[in-house]
Amino acid sequence: MPGPGPYLLHPVAKPLVFSLTLLPFLWLLYGAAADLLGPNPAEHLIRSTGQWALRCLCLTLAVTPLRVLLGQPALARFRRMAGLFVFFYAVLHVLCYAWFDMGFEWLEIVRDIARRPFILVGFAAFVLLLPLAATSFNRAIRALGPVRWRALHRLVHAVAGLAILHFFWMRAGKRDFTEVAVYAAILGALLAWRLWHRWRATRAKVLS
Amino acid sequence: MWIVRSRDQGFVHPHAGDITPRTLYVNRRAWLRGAAAAGAMGIAGGGLTAWAQTGRPGRLAPLPGVSSGVPGGTTMEKITAYQDATSYNNYYEFGTDKGDPARHAHKLKTTPWTITVEGLVARPATLALEDLLRLAPMEERIYRLRCVEGWSMVIPWVGYSLAALLRKVEPLGSAKYVEFVTLADPQTMPYIGSHILSWPYTEGLRLDEALHPLTLLAFGMYGEILPNQNGAPVRLVVPWKYGFKSAKSIVTVRLTEKPPATAWNKAAAHEYGFYSNVNPDVPHPRWSQATERRIGEDGLFAKKRKTLLFNGYEAQVGQLYAGMDLRKNF
Repeated sequence: MPGPGPYLLHPVAKPLVFSLTLLPFLWLLYGAAADLLGPNPAEHLIRSTGQWALRCLCLTLAVTPLRVLLGQPALARFRRMAGLFVFFYAVLHVLCYAWFDMGFEWLEIVRDIARRPFILVGFAAFVLLLPLAATSFNRAIRALGPVRWRALHRLVHAVAGLAILHFFWMRAGKRDFTEVAVYAAILGALLAWRLWHRWRATRAKVLS
Repeated sequence: MWIVRSRDQGFVHPHAGDITPRTLYVNRRAWLRGAAAAGAMGIAGGGLTAWAQTGRPGRLAPLPGVSSGVPGGTTMEKITAYQDATSYNNYYEFGTDKGDPARHAHKLKTTPWTITVEGLVARPATLALEDLLRLAPMEERIYRLRCVEGWSMVIPWVGYSLAALLRKVEPLGSAKYVEFVTLADPQTMPYIGSHILSWPYTEGLRLDEALHPLTLLAFGMYGEILPNQNGAPVRLVVPWKYGFKSAKSIVTVRLTEKPPATAWNKAAAHEYGFYSNVNPDVPHPRWSQATERRIGEDGLFAKKRKTLLFNGYEAQVGQLYAGMDLRKNF
């Protein structure tokens, strides 16, 4: 058995994953146009785009652990795309909030960010995503050099923490944290694996 | 009402909505009596309301009411679609998602049903739903409903002023507050075991608020009996307060001297006060209350509308709070 490696390297693999990850967006677009998003479509759009950003974040952060654990180096091909989908859904999330909730009233938006900690935290996560998206192409990686690029992109863990806090505070009104706990557990486990992997690597170096 | 009369007719229904729910069928005579009584009043009172003329949703048993003469009792705003009003609900006993109540509330058993009125009253009583339905003429009240979450609807309720029930039991001079206790049945309500709120869900009003003519004891909406997810068979509607003050599926009404504990206040006192009057100038700690989205009406790209003090009922209820600091007593 050759394993999934050849499939991951297949020329169709990337476009396929791209299309699948775009499906939620297409569905929301169609649902909004055909009035299928329930009695409060604005709320549905704001929440769904935020949730898809969070799901894509889990996928992005799972790429490296899965690549190492499964011994599938080809998985690395999908990491940048997954990361950019986090940014894509986060942009939609912020756009939906600014448009449907705030009517693009910039002064009100600034006030809202200052007044509501849960909005501030979400906004901070979005701001931290900007440099990551801006340095996602090859020339930026070369210009920064791999060490600095990697250090910069560790910001993604801050984004994950802020996103979970944002979600937690948003759900605090319902006092229903089941879903928040699931995402926190996934992101926590992925971070724990990274720390453990690093600790093992340094120890191996010291011992050798 | 579609009644299956023979075995081979059993699976022939023009529409799924035509199938009469079993509980309703079993209890049809009581409802017909209530409806007939209300209908008679309607003719005497000068005609039935628009719902009786233009057609009801046709989902549940009819419960007509005469157009209300209570000041502020009939807003002329566009009424929210029945589908939206019955599928976008907060009824945490059935789940915290807005769609959960419509999905799970069919398990709620609304017959038999009684309300016990007790505490500081001269004539405490336990009243069956059938008696409650006959206690006073059914009126249709078209109220704005403003949820604390920032959305609103316009709903034609059917019921009568809670004052009619309270006067019947004769509150004592020492009674200052009214507590409403709602059903907490772990057999039918999946969230009763959860830690989201403490159960049963209770609410409370000051006695003068409870006696205000706009405070409605509702048995129906849209010209029909209440759907389960909207608080069947009997609920409170206090239109100038955030929606969570309007307790659903009430089983006990208790008159007290001290302010009763209320569910959301117990859960988060700094976020939900005892009064919880709609007030655009007092933001919730986590969001603004200055604007609201009218469900089904304000399009996706429309700006949200401004929220009004006391949900637009200031002329009717403002004097109840004369001299009070509404920021402190939020």
